[in-house]
Amino acid sequence: MKQYLNSFSFLVQHMQVTVFIQRENKKKIVKLEKGATVKTLLRTLKINPEVVLVARKKTIILADTPLNDKDALELLSVISGG
Amino acid sequence: MACSSCQQNPVHTTQSHTKLCKKHFLEYFEKKVFRTIRLHNLLQDDDIVVCALSGGKDSTTVTHLVHRILKQRRKKVTALLINEGIHDYRDSTLKDARKFCKQEGIVLKELSFKKLFGFTLDEFLQKHKNINPCSVCGVIRRYLMNRGSRELGATVLVTGHNLDDEAQNILMNQFKGNMQFSAKLGPVSGALEHDKFVRKVKPLYFMPEKEVALYAYLKAFPVEFIECPNAHGTFRQYVGELINDLEQRYPGTKQGIINSFLSILPELKKQYRGKKIGSCTICGEAAAKQLCKVCELLEKEKIDRRKKEYG
Repeated sequence: MKQYLNSFSFLVQHMQVTVFIQRENKKKIVKLEKGATVKTLLRTLKINPEVVLVARKKTIILADTPLNDKDALELLSVISGG
Repeated sequence: MACSSCQQNPVHTTQSHTKLCKKHFLEYFEKKVFRTIRLHNLLQDDDIVVCALSGGKDSTTVTHLVHRILKQRRKKVTALLINEGIHDYRDSTLKDARKFCKQEGIVLKELSFKKLFGFTLDEFLQKHKNINPCSVCGVIRRYLMNRGSRELGATVLVTGHNLDDEAQNILMNQFKGNMQFSAKLGPVSGALEHDKFVRKVKPLYFMPEKEVALYAYLKAFPVEFIECPNAHGTFRQYVGELINDLEQRYPGTKQGIINSFLSILPELKKQYRGKKIGSCTICGEAAAKQLCKVCELLEKEKIDRRKKEYG
């Protein structure tokens, strides 16, 4: 069944976003389905939305914000201090 | 999708699902903090205020807001920073704190572990690899904050503890059976009275950590969102993760922990108020035993106490 469904994968449009994860000091390229939101991205990265602020071009965006192909995002950890 | 007040792009969704743009979020945040200060009588007109400042987002935010209030009353605030000497962390936040105070015109007083006791936290932990860093750091920092603020003439010490910090404390004490410690929690800290204790208040008490981070980011405070390197793998970190997981699945969990705690806090304070506390025979600070925890630590280490001026 999975193979059958995968044969139609060319019909699903994808996009790529670049994410800088401040806590890990790492940049990642994430492939998502077109129309994915910030919430989808965080779920893919297994990051709890409670612990990050997401910025696009230095502007904070919310979990329900749709992403665009080639978006460059920054994930800022809200947990800081001792 | 837009701000509920003005149709601009939202930067935050409140617990009641109201979307707020930058302008309206900043207003909402400040209004909530000022309300906490007013309702819980945290800053009285004749108070001499010292703010505990680490250079992080919480203490910077609360110092900024308290400074605004005091400016309106034509009064000043002093910031007090404790430098534990944690390499690659404190040196960075220290720079941020100095920059922030210069920008705001706030006097900054710094107290250093190294200058006062002859060792940094890093040096102490190098010698004692099995000790919990937070237990040493916390004890000495609280001691210096209390003593330092008192010697600056403070009647109140403001800290940047937020809603997440308090929820973590409540659960940590619950899990470890330390309810006597919970009696010291609340927007105004402390259950025991001693003439050397400076009243401690938490204006950010009802502000979730994420909202404080957002406020600091939008105000472009010179802060870095970095964690203390000693915070990894601690009990507090696990409890924090647990609470955040619960909050994600069941929004309102953190506020629920605080609300239910506040409803029993008066009884807790009554239960532990009777405990008398004496004075340390070496330094004269408040102590449950003959020596306070800091003097106990220093005596154990046979460290020469350098008599330095704190204030």
